[in-house]
Amino acid sequence: MNSHSEEEQRMISVEDPALREQIYVHTVYNEIAPHFSHTRYKQWPIVEEFLKSRTLGSIGLDVGCGNGKYLGANKNVYIIGSDRSDQLVNLAYTNNSKIQSFSDTLVADGLKLPHFGNSFDFVISIAVIHHFSTPERRIEAIKHIISKLNVGGEALIYVWALEQQNSRRGWKEGMPQDILVPWVLQKNKKKKNRNDEDQEGTQEEEPETKMRYYHLYKKGELEENAEAAGAEVVRNGYERDNWWAVIKRK
Amino acid sequence: MKFLTTNFVRCPISKCDNSLKAFPLQYKNCELIQEELEFNPEFLANILDRLNWEAIIAVAGDLGNDSLPPTKPENVDPKDPENEQLLKDLHTLLIETQITEGEMHCGECGHIYYIKSSIPNFLLPPHLV
Repeated sequence: MNSHSEEEQRMISVEDPALREQIYVHTVYNEIAPHFSHTRYKQWPIVEEFLKSRTLGSIGLDVGCGNGKYLGANKNVYIIGSDRSDQLVNLAYTNNSKIQSFSDTLVADGLKLPHFGNSFDFVISIAVIHHFSTPERRIEAIKHIISKLNVGGEALIYVWALEQQNSRRGWKEGMPQDILVPWVLQKNKKKKNRNDEDQEGTQEEEPETKMRYYHLYKKGELEENAEAAGAEVVRNGYERDNWWAVIKRK
Repeated sequence: MKFLTTNFVRCPISKCDNSLKAFPLQYKNCELIQEELEFNPEFLANILDRLNWEAIIAVAGDLGNDSLPPTKPENVDPKDPENEQLLKDLHTLLIETQITEGEMHCGECGHIYYIKSSIPNFLLPPHLV
């Protein structure tokens, strides 16, 4: 666990970061979308609270909305969710049609969002920035997000933490930060443990393993990235193996 | 894709950033449906201020609706019963009208984005990124 695996070495040797993300993020999410979506249905309390506290008539973005589990959190605001994975956006659209959510969904790249700058009251980007595979691209992604905010608008960012000694993964300070995390796809789609948000499947019927790229953030790094992107950190913290920060334009 | 969203999307290609022709996108060959959603008059009255009304009129025109008032309704009090019909009409147009299939053309660079099964796709081919 203290050094890179062979597959991680291969991943790191892919020189073009966009290609690396294509192979180790976008393709994987499209392949695991339905199974992944089944494990992502609970709203995290800080995110839910952030959305519920937006004022009536607010208009915001969910960048990297995945299966769209936050799009219906507040019926008095309009949220446009986007994701790089068309398969996840399909699920987000279907899930939110069912609950009559006040939202919309589209397929877009987080570095090329199809929106005007200086136009939105809020943005959330939950468990997304850690999939960009260089510091420059992570900072660029945050810069792109805050450019869409109105003056006074706030963005909530969540990224996976390196410091998660109490999780079953047991990662901690000093371990590699650029890693591949296995997702075990069950052919028969049976899930035993729906309560574990990152349950990687059970041991039946020749499972197929897909590797996803993550940059694990160490303490203080999200805030450093935000400042490098020209943002001001309003509040921040650690929750459920993630670092989070509410940021705004300076 | 809900009609309201057309007021908040534009061509993501960098060179179109400052072009007045890149917004709104031009909607062509579109199929529409009406999807019933809960009426929220306070929300509508609150967002009216920030809507780009010219863009609303342009997109409505693309979709075959030329009946919108030429100027944006101002200071609409959602509690005043006289405004109920106006807000209901806006609700029907902005929230309940969905484009299920169609094309979005950028008036500046000519790039075409597609809407399929109600989902617009703004990914760019590699040479345009």
